[in-house]
Amino acid sequence: MVDAIGSIFQRPNFLTFVIIFLWGFYIMVTRYNLVKKLIGMYLVQTSVIFFLVSISAKRGATVPVLLSTTETVQAVNYVNPLPHVMTLTAIVVGVATTGVGLALCAAIYRKYGSLDEQEILEKLE
Amino acid sequence: MIFPFEIPLLLLLLVTAAGAILVKDLMSSVLLLGTYSFFLSLIWAWFGAVDVAFVEAVVGAGLGTVLFLLTLFGTAPKDTRLRRPPPSLVTLIVFPLLGVLMLYAASDLPGFGDPNSPASTHISPTYIERSYQDTHTPNVVTSVLMDYRSLDTMVETVVIFTAGIACALLLRRESK
Repeated sequence: MVDAIGSIFQRPNFLTFVIIFLWGFYIMVTRYNLVKKLIGMYLVQTSVIFFLVSISAKRGATVPVLLSTTETVQAVNYVNPLPHVMTLTAIVVGVATTGVGLALCAAIYRKYGSLDEQEILEKLE
Repeated sequence: MIFPFEIPLLLLLLVTAAGAILVKDLMSSVLLLGTYSFFLSLIWAWFGAVDVAFVEAVVGAGLGTVLFLLTLFGTAPKDTRLRRPPPSLVTLIVFPLLGVLMLYAASDLPGFGDPNSPASTHISPTYIERSYQDTHTPNVVTSVLMDYRSLDTMVETVVIFTAGIACALLLRRESK
C-alpha cells in the first residue's frame, strides 16, 4: 500500500493527468451549461496530450534539435521526438473540433435562446 | 538535491484548471482556460518539447480562447443555473472508482524522465540518429512531421478544412 502511494508520487505527471482528466470528464457529465461542457472537453483533450508529451521526457536530455550535424548522434542526449509529432497533430485537430462544438452552441442559442441543457429539452417537447 | 522545477509548474496547472472549472462566470472561466493553456505550454517547453509548446501557445491559448470568447459574445456569458441538483449516485461511485483504478496502474508505468523507458528505447533512437542523413534537417520533429509522415500531415489539413466548412455551414445566416 505504501509502495503504491510512493510510486504515484514518483510520477507527478501521471497524478496531474488523472486529476485533470477525471475532473474534466466529471464536468462534461454533470454540468448543464453547454459551454461549460466544452471547457471540460478541452481539459480532457489537453490532459491526454500532456501525458503523452510527459512520456517523451528523458532526464539529462535536451530538445530534439541536433546540436552538431557532422558528428555521430547519441540518442540519449535528445528527448524522444515521436510523441511530439503525434501530439502536434492532436492539438490542432482538438482545437478544430472544439471550434465545431462552439459553432453548434451558437446555432443552438440562435434557435432556442438558451445554452442550458434542461431549458433546451423543455423547449424541444 | 536539485529542486524539481516541474512541481510548482504542475501545481499552477492544477490551480488554473480548478479555476476554469469552479468559476461561475463563463467569461472568467474561459480566460482562466487561456492561462491554463499557457502554463501547459511552459511545462512542455520545460520537458523539452519546444515545438509542441509553440503550437499550444499559438493554437491552444490563442485561437482556442478567441473561439470561446467569440461564442460567448454571441450568446449568454453567464452560467444561468446557479443552484444545481446534486449529481446522481452512479457518477459519485463511478468517478472515484475510475480514479483509484488509474492510480493503481501507476506502479506499472515507467518513471518520469526515465531514459530506459520503452517509449525511448525501441524505435525513437533510430529516428534521432538517422534523420539528418535521410532528410538533412537538424530539427528531428520537423523531419518526422514533414518527411517521414508527410501524408499524415497532409490529411490533417483535410480534417481542419472539414471543420472550417462545418463551422461556416452552421453559422451562416438564413438567406431568403
